[in-house]
Amino acid sequence: MTAIATADAADLRILMVDCPECAVGVSLGASPMTHEIVPCVECGVELEVMSLDPLAVELAPDVEEDWGE
Amino acid sequence: MTRLCLLVDRIRVEEKLLIRSLERRRDVEFDVVALPDVIFDPVASAERRYDLVLNRTLSLTRGLAALEMLEAGGAVTLNTREVVARCGDKVSMSAALARAGVPQPAVRVATSPEAALRALDELGYPAVLKPAVGSWGRLLARLRDRDAAEALFEHKATLGGPQHGVFYLQAYVEKPGRDLRAFVIGGRTVCAIERRSEHWITNTARGAVTAGVPVDVEMDRICRAAALAVAGPEALIAVDLFESPDGYLVGEVNATMEFRNSIEPTGVDLPSLMVDHAVAVASGGIEARFGAGAAA
Repeated sequence: MTAIATADAADLRILMVDCPECAVGVSLGASPMTHEIVPCVECGVELEVMSLDPLAVELAPDVEEDWGE
Repeated sequence: MTRLCLLVDRIRVEEKLLIRSLERRRDVEFDVVALPDVIFDPVASAERRYDLVLNRTLSLTRGLAALEMLEAGGAVTLNTREVVARCGDKVSMSAALARAGVPQPAVRVATSPEAALRALDELGYPAVLKPAVGSWGRLLARLRDRDAAEALFEHKATLGGPQHGVFYLQAYVEKPGRDLRAFVIGGRTVCAIERRSEHWITNTARGAVTAGVPVDVEMDRICRAAALAVAGPEALIAVDLFESPDGYLVGEVNATMEFRNSIEPTGVDLPSLMVDHAVAVASGGIEARFGAGAAA
């Protein structure tokens, strides 16, 4: 199995992306991970980190019927 | 050195907290493996790279498929596919609780709208219709009378897929504005919260407010019995409880529980306890703590 990518934890810059819904800058923190879910504090949508290099996010998928605890 | 795999499909706050706890362990090496990136081969995947796979998948269907493949390859999983399947299907969960004599609200399962209406006549109104598979309070319906039930069943028959052909009906428990959730880790009830809401659905996903509550002797006994019945001695689960005039009733048992809203109110470092437990299971050191008093 392939372990997923992690941003360089030693690099403590706060990484930012533009929300694809409202274009406001969203902080991904210093060590985002692919498939991490991050909320946009401006418009409330959930974003999924799809790539770290280049940094890219998409709208997170809608809740599916079998999702949960 | 213990080698752990954190199996995810998305990384939410809970998984981040687990990762932080794993990072603090000097005796653990771990990878985070995301389902969207993985291909499984049941023949070739003798997956012994890890001492244990800690399952945190959000999708029940995809998680079960992954656990099936991993276990076929020899992986030790927590929770196991069997436990996740049983917790993910309320019919299976209620059956397991019933077999063990663990108190739960009266339940009826029917496979046709006509039988479901007869079941409601037995249970009485109001009653709650729940999808057998589902979470976060989705698609729950409180049925106050037969008219409402007939309308809802017609909608399900018209709109629903095969899964909606199973009618899981539960007696409505008049709650004191809250239900309870207790966390059971390796046979210990480590903490509990209340989930308070003015709405009859008290899931935190629906806005319920949490606060810590003490674990009393009876709550501990019921929760450990529920854990043993549904998930076995290595259980890593959350037990939802209703307070009824007859005592605690187990509403459901969750195998991939969320805990972000339970750490601060209880003061219990749940992700670290989960990691500790995973390491113990991985090293074969877990000791079942269920005694004779665990039976409900």
